[in-house]
Amino acid sequence: METTARGAATVRGDRAATGRFRRRRGASLESRVIWWVFFLCAMLSVLTTVAIVFSLLSQALSFFREVGVWEFISGTRWTPILKPRSYGVLPLVNGTLLVAFLAAIVALPVGLATAIFLAEYAPDKVRRIIKPALEVLAGVPTVVYGYFALTFVTPQLQRVFPDMIVFNALSAGIVMGIMIIPMVSSLSEDAMISVPRSLRQAAYALGATKLETSVKVVVPAALSGIVASFILAISRAIGETMLVTIAAGATPRMTANPLDSIQTMTAYIVQLALGEAAHGSLEYNTIFAVGLLLFVMTLCMNLLGYWVVRRWRQAY
Amino acid sequence: MNDDAPIFEVSSLSLYYDDFRALKDIDMEIRRYAITALIGPSGCGKSTLLRCFNRMNDLIPTARIEGRILFEGSDLYHPDVDATEIRSRIGMVFQRPNPFPKSIYDNVAFGLKINGYRGDIDEAIERSLRQAALWDEVKDRLKDSALELSGGQQQRLCIARALAVEPEVILMDEPASALDPIATLAIEELVRELSESYTIVIVTHNMQQAARVSHETAFLMAGEDRSGYLVEHGATSQIFTTPKSERTEAYITGRFS
Ligand SMILES: Nc1ncnc2c1ncn2[C@@H]1O[C@H](COP(=O)(O)OP(=O)(O)OP(=O)(O)O)[C@@H](O)[C@H]1O
Ligand SMILES: [Mg+2]
Repeated sequence: METTARGAATVRGDRAATGRFRRRRGASLESRVIWWVFFLCAMLSVLTTVAIVFSLLSQALSFFREVGVWEFISGTRWTPILKPRSYGVLPLVNGTLLVAFLAAIVALPVGLATAIFLAEYAPDKVRRIIKPALEVLAGVPTVVYGYFALTFVTPQLQRVFPDMIVFNALSAGIVMGIMIIPMVSSLSEDAMISVPRSLRQAAYALGATKLETSVKVVVPAALSGIVASFILAISRAIGETMLVTIAAGATPRMTANPLDSIQTMTAYIVQLALGEAAHGSLEYNTIFAVGLLLFVMTLCMNLLGYWVVRRWRQAY
Repeated sequence: MNDDAPIFEVSSLSLYYDDFRALKDIDMEIRRYAITALIGPSGCGKSTLLRCFNRMNDLIPTARIEGRILFEGSDLYHPDVDATEIRSRIGMVFQRPNPFPKSIYDNVAFGLKINGYRGDIDEAIERSLRQAALWDEVKDRLKDSALELSGGQQQRLCIARALAVEPEVILMDEPASALDPIATLAIEELVRELSESYTIVIVTHNMQQAARVSHETAFLMAGEDRSGYLVEHGATSQIFTTPKSERTEAYITGRFS
């Protein structure tokens, strides 16, 4: 014991004495430069966030100088361009949540089932096919999904619902659900894979089947990660723009009927931004009010997601 | 069933992990209502052999067996045998305590629920926790997370969880090796008590432990080819006082490990 300790001390002494390990000259300047490079890169995202919030806030503020916050938040008629003008944002929120809800109905069960399959059932060969396929699905540009909804899914749905109009929440919701499946499945799968093998063994040793082990042990143990994946995916659905602009319509409306044409918050922003409204006009400033609300909603969802992960994380 | 008939009869059992033969031609019988200790140097295949008894090796895709194990007189590996049913009759306790990240109550209830227990679940849970000598320590906090228990308590919870299913056999793979000496003694005492109503097969690295708790001892070793084989099996008193094989004697007296 003692000799080892002394041996180690000698080695350290040697290093200092012979200088074999002395730092290269200039290394400290180099490391300071590198520190700054990395720091500035990291700051870029922080600064961008600050800039976005600032511009949203300042323009939204000029909107709220003319329209009351309460009128905006609780009004059920959204006609900022047509007379009589009305600035109740709820129809847009309704449209956004309806599509997100439909997307969740598709994506949560399918994504979770996919994750269970990949983490617990799939042999390596099958996994090697499905995982890249999911990555491709995640990489498809959203405008492609939009046209897929409009030109493929909607006509199919119209066979079932002949009265349904071309632009509708259902088609956009379903395709949005498909679009966010990879998000749910890959995050959930990661959470499930990190559940220790010893828990699975414990379940099997009690006579559990594979399904019981997956559903009653692995999924609950991975629940924080799974719930977080749900929240983040829904947050993504709320913020998604292109798909709903193309396929869901441009009719702000209070409705729970998926067959209706609706307009989401994001689609409204696109519509107005591309329109003729003059910069600085009240009309134009509506997009900042809507954008601010959207930002707050997705921010809350993301914070909730992180909170769930931290609060419920198992320390096996 | 005749109490004198062995509960397991192993004949010419070999186990392969891919091409590697981890067990070679094992022949042995496991006595009913006795504690059988499996001892031997690290890597000789004790855990592998133990997992053959409840078909846990089925979960390792590369594992494949030859030979035969009879459980209560019938072939354990017959194609018609349902491995999950077997595992509810032959329980297992692992080296590291592995409670589910659920409440103490739900840990014990798990096996009952998946096996469609029809009686009073609360009663069964109390009985199992008492059997595992844990009841007094946890009766006021059954809804607390099992992960808040100490290592020794967790291991007794895992034993309670296995007992709740009312198995006939309990397999234990070094159940006390992750515990301190006092928790170890508690587990040993528990194992002795349980042997009145259960058949127990226990793997241990600890010679004194084998000598203290077991009725029978089987000594395994790995040969030149790293395949594990059975050197000697007999009453624990005989193995530890008058071993037939020199290799057994050398091992138990600590001349090699
Ligand atoms: N899943 C596996 N795949 C391949 N080889 C394995 C596997 N499990 C064990 N082995 C090998 O089989 C042999 C026996 O392993 P086993 O774990 O049964 O030994 P053991 O006697 O329990 O050792 P220890 O006392 O260290 O726990 C070892 O050579 C080991 O490397
Ligand atoms: Mg082992």
